[in-house]
Amino acid sequence: MKRLLTRQNMIITAALLVVYIIVQVLLSTGIISAFYETNLILGGIGIIMAVSLNLITGFAGQFTLGHAGFMAIGAYFSAVMTVKWGMPFILSLLGGACLAAVMGFLIGLPTLRLKGDYLAIATLGMGEVIRVVLLNTKYVGGAAGLFGIPRITNWTWIFVCSVVTVLCIRNLLWSSYGRACISVREDEVAAEIMGVDITHYKVLAFVVGAFFAGLGGALYSHYYYFIQPGGFGFMKSIEYLVMVVLGGMGSITGSVMAAIVLTVINVFLQQYSAIRMILYALLLIIIMIFRPEGLMGSKEFSTAMFRRFERRDDRGSAGGQ
Amino acid sequence: MALLEVNNVSKVFGGLSAVTNLKMKLEAGELVGLIGPNGAGKTTVFNLLTGVYQTTTGDILFDGKNIAGKKPSAINQMGIARTFQNIRLFSDLTVLDNVRIAYHSHVAYKLPAALFRSGRFYAEEDQMAERAVKLLKIFNLDGKKDEIAKNLPYGEQRRLEIARALATEPKFLLLDEPAAGMNPQETAELMNLIRWIRDHFNLTILLIEHDMSLVMGCCERIYVLEYGRVIAQGDPENVKHNPKVIEAYLGEEVTYA
Repeated sequence: MKRLLTRQNMIITAALLVVYIIVQVLLSTGIISAFYETNLILGGIGIIMAVSLNLITGFAGQFTLGHAGFMAIGAYFSAVMTVKWGMPFILSLLGGACLAAVMGFLIGLPTLRLKGDYLAIATLGMGEVIRVVLLNTKYVGGAAGLFGIPRITNWTWIFVCSVVTVLCIRNLLWSSYGRACISVREDEVAAEIMGVDITHYKVLAFVVGAFFAGLGGALYSHYYYFIQPGGFGFMKSIEYLVMVVLGGMGSITGSVMAAIVLTVINVFLQQYSAIRMILYALLLIIIMIFRPEGLMGSKEFSTAMFRRFERRDDRGSAGGQ
Repeated sequence: MALLEVNNVSKVFGGLSAVTNLKMKLEAGELVGLIGPNGAGKTTVFNLLTGVYQTTTGDILFDGKNIAGKKPSAINQMGIARTFQNIRLFSDLTVLDNVRIAYHSHVAYKLPAALFRSGRFYAEEDQMAERAVKLLKIFNLDGKKDEIAKNLPYGEQRRLEIARALATEPKFLLLDEPAAGMNPQETAELMNLIRWIRDHFNLTILLIEHDMSLVMGCCERIYVLEYGRVIAQGDPENVKHNPKVIEAYLGEEVTYA
């Protein structure tokens, strides 16, 4: 218990609470308009998606292009649970996430034997298969999409879910399990010789990543009233991959920052809607030229950065902070 | 019963027979050398023993159990650890993390304990870090535990690799050219270190080495490999004077008619 009450943890908790309360107050007094609220929600989902994708791609080193597929599973299954089976929202959230995790397991077991480009192609195919299956399933509305999903996702849900996601993935990474995942990225042969069952840890990262992607999907569908298979295509996966690369492969806080930065840029660019995508792409090119390792590289943002003259605390540096 | 028994093991790559009918027997506690000219198949033998390659024929008994066909991670968990000829550290991670990863098979806490940071998690992590530092101290690396592995000088990277292999708590340690790139003084120190860890950790060691001063000065028994076959074996003195060995290293004597 004492270990949880460090100065750093207390500062972070306090900062998070302040952010939560300020935004909540601004929302309830109507200072944040509906437009900004939508982007706030999207940013939160972006954090969940990017951090979970970073676990798979940045930390375990498995390049996947099908993350939106897991999001689709979470979005659709949770929507079916609330709309068709009348389940409470919290159960739908968990249901969507769990089904995505199960799919992650089933898909991960055969595909994770592949490496690099081959794995990327296989996961790309997987994402498309999920989309096309949904497109042709009458039960969930096919191409027309699934209607009448209640809007339950709000700032509080998004806030809690993002914090839980980041915390779980951070705790996973800064443990023996996370170090094993990272060793797979570093050198598969050496990892195996050191007793790390590499298939096991690749699948673990894939399943946990899929779980949180499913959670992100469930939050998404319960914000938008209706969902379509087209919304979870290849481009959606790329969108989150961009966040991971921009934030830094192997940096949780980098992914969080990238998700926020990209959402803010998006909001800002709404004024120039005609050339929005051009500007967006240009910005990415510029950032990649000047910071190819991403905003954070593989470092983590921490309060320790502000007191570098003090002794480094050894919280488990596997995250490479 | 011998700790390691290699029975008629062969490894064929396409049309090339890298190892042919290999027979080896190591008793617990022995320090054995494996030498031979370049391309003799020494590293292939290591790869077969650690499961990186599958044997084509024959079986390998370790502690009485057949390990041929098992995954490298499973073989490691049974008690075989190794280092690599061209160092394979987790080069972007810290020295401490390199060792902690190797302790991974001995971690008892489960995933939920890690996710929810239970007391058990902290207790085990603390204990692990403590053991890792103790181990690093033996290799004089404890002062560098927070450094990134790839920034270490070459000799220290070699030592870290041995430390990492020991962290898996093996019974049998394979060292692939541990003295490569070291100067004579470093080699002499390494020789003492290898003997010391054998006694201190109750290990059986098999080492590949080109530095004859190390092999002759340190190993109790030597296997000589040429073209994938054992051409000689025995104690260093015997091997040194074996005509077949001299021929393999220096070539055949030419007689002019």
